[in-house]
Amino acid sequence: MRSNPGEGPFEVAPHPNPLPSKRAFTPVFDGLCGERERTARGAALMDLLYKIFLDPFVQMGAAPDLLVQTLWEGLVAGVLYSLIALGYVLIFKASGVFNFAQGIMVVFSALTLVGLYQLGVPAFLALALTIGVMFVLAFGIERLILRPLVNQPDIILFMATFGLTYLLIGFGELVFGGEPKVMITEALYLPKGAIEFKILGGFVQLQKIDIAAAIIASIMVAGLAVFFQKTRIGRALRAVADSHKAALSVGISLEYIWVVVWFTSGIVALATGIMWGAKSQVDFALEIIALKALPVLILGGFTSIPGAIVGGVIIGVGEKIGEFYWGPLLGSGIESWLAYVIALIFLLFRPQGLFGERIIERI
Amino acid sequence: MFYREAGQFKTSYAADQAVFPLLQDRIGIGVILAVAFVLIPLTGNSFVLQAMMIPFLIFSLASIGLNILTGYTGLISLGTGAFMGVGAYACYKLTTYFPNVNIIVWVICSGFASAAVGVLFGLPSLRIKGFYLAVATLAAQFFLSWCFIRVPWLYNNNSSGAIEVPLRTFFGIPITGPNATPMTRYFVVLSIVVAMTWLASNLVHGRIGRMWMAVRDMDIAAELIGIRLLPTKLFAFAVSSFYCGVSGALLVFLWYGGAEPAVFDVNQSFFILFMVIIGGLGSLLGSFFGAALIFLLPIVLRFLPPKLGFQIHSAMIDHVQFLVVGTLIIVFLILEPAGLARLWSIAKQKLRVWPFPY
Repeated sequence: MRSNPGEGPFEVAPHPNPLPSKRAFTPVFDGLCGERERTARGAALMDLLYKIFLDPFVQMGAAPDLLVQTLWEGLVAGVLYSLIALGYVLIFKASGVFNFAQGIMVVFSALTLVGLYQLGVPAFLALALTIGVMFVLAFGIERLILRPLVNQPDIILFMATFGLTYLLIGFGELVFGGEPKVMITEALYLPKGAIEFKILGGFVQLQKIDIAAAIIASIMVAGLAVFFQKTRIGRALRAVADSHKAALSVGISLEYIWVVVWFTSGIVALATGIMWGAKSQVDFALEIIALKALPVLILGGFTSIPGAIVGGVIIGVGEKIGEFYWGPLLGSGIESWLAYVIALIFLLFRPQGLFGERIIERI
Repeated sequence: MFYREAGQFKTSYAADQAVFPLLQDRIGIGVILAVAFVLIPLTGNSFVLQAMMIPFLIFSLASIGLNILTGYTGLISLGTGAFMGVGAYACYKLTTYFPNVNIIVWVICSGFASAAVGVLFGLPSLRIKGFYLAVATLAAQFFLSWCFIRVPWLYNNNSSGAIEVPLRTFFGIPITGPNATPMTRYFVVLSIVVAMTWLASNLVHGRIGRMWMAVRDMDIAAELIGIRLLPTKLFAFAVSSFYCGVSGALLVFLWYGGAEPAVFDVNQSFFILFMVIIGGLGSLLGSFFGAALIFLLPIVLRFLPPKLGFQIHSAMIDHVQFLVVGTLIIVFLILEPAGLARLWSIAKQKLRVWPFPY
């Protein structure tokens, strides 16, 4: 991967002096400090401003292929964030539970798949069995956790999913061991390697697995949209999301709906786990990606599926661009909080997220 | 029978408004203090003091801090670990610059640094509510964690990136650093925790506490009866961060003796949140119960099986620990969603009517 702008093929020419006349900027402090010190300070400030406001764009202009590459990587990361956020949104819409365990469900499903394959189960049978496991999990969660906690405050349900997270970590490590595993990409016929093509006077490298991830994510989102709009269960789901009481009164079984949404988000988790596992490896460190999906969630709104997707792409692209062009200014690693800051800025203007339902408060 | 108010007449408003109106309660709190200040130091060995009591008290203090914010004011925060970190790093910087000032003063002052940061990150709380706010406080958590790693000034540019606690004395007795005995450190921690619990108890039982609770129950209604939301919420953030900051400083200076940035990561925040919710939202006593259960449970799980004759591989213990803690959290929530504090009040009610439950 690339490390630092400023080295490599797109060395930017030393910038022309941004200060034709330095005196003009510091006329007030005459007599406070010496001429030389003042100009040095002014130059340092201007240099900083230049690095913040101009230099990144100069770099973007100078090496458009790198910009395209960064955008692409942001897009792929964003698609994967959206997939995780989608898992949260599905459950939040239907049951009002903020499911902290979504991240661990991603890891758990991927571990189950790889673990079954290592036991000698053929890959696609293992996939089917994993889906079965996710169904059993959804059923168990509904029966053992959600049902006894009906009508409790949100924070208690949130806490219960914390307990579920610990339970799944312990159980997964006990059964599959704690060591990292490699995702079975070939057995699932997922492509490997990269394609390069020429664009705007440079090379852009696209990992095939990223392309596959983007395609599969789009198919899943489209499938979910059709499922929600066209099927009987989907309509029941939307009814429950609108109002629990009204849905109950027209004869929709809440228990059944909850199993369905947890199962659906389990499948979404499995897809995410396969994609993310193929990009890195499968271990419990993957859990951290759940935390990266949270800003996506608040940016898009907790209750909106399109919000999860748009939010994911905004966060993914913003994060990669910020890290690549502005990161070196602050010392790297700003990826860890940049997404949260982006989301926070959006939230200050729209407290319910970009696509969330309007918050109406009554006494 | 054992816990009955019959015959205890109050003759003044002050007596009626007391935090512990019953004689039994006052005796109980006296016994607890006597045990904490006399019995435990006399009987406990340094393992009990160092590995159990000191961290238990420190985490209780952090839980009280979070409980003020989440339990009393209803603002969910996932940034506790970072606020504790601010306290620890502030104390470290202050004692580096002014080594002659008493360390206790700096531990308390570091709480103010943490409070300032808390207020800053609490500013969005007026517009953002519920889980949105929880995620917004995660922004504080990740940003501050990043600062602890990337700003060398905070750890005096040393190469390890960790902070080391220097030797500091209190009237000639070493209380921080490697020479301090567990006994002296225990007394220092205990005194600070008792004093701050007393302060918190007065805060939440007074006008300010009522305002917080009104905001928790419904903030629009609270606004209508004349409570100004922004100052109230920000004050809750400030007090909460103050408590978290002091407990973070205590954690590093009187327990660990040195800390890496990883101590104050997001898992620490979750850990404190567990304590608050398991202990009981909106209860100071619950903070102590929750800290005891969540902190001491893993220790018990680690030491109990060998005592009973089971030999378990240590990696296995880790896994089983996760499994058991997760299960217990769920079971506790199902059995008593209002937390351990509620169990305690049920027990008191049972004691009150025993042996005739009518």
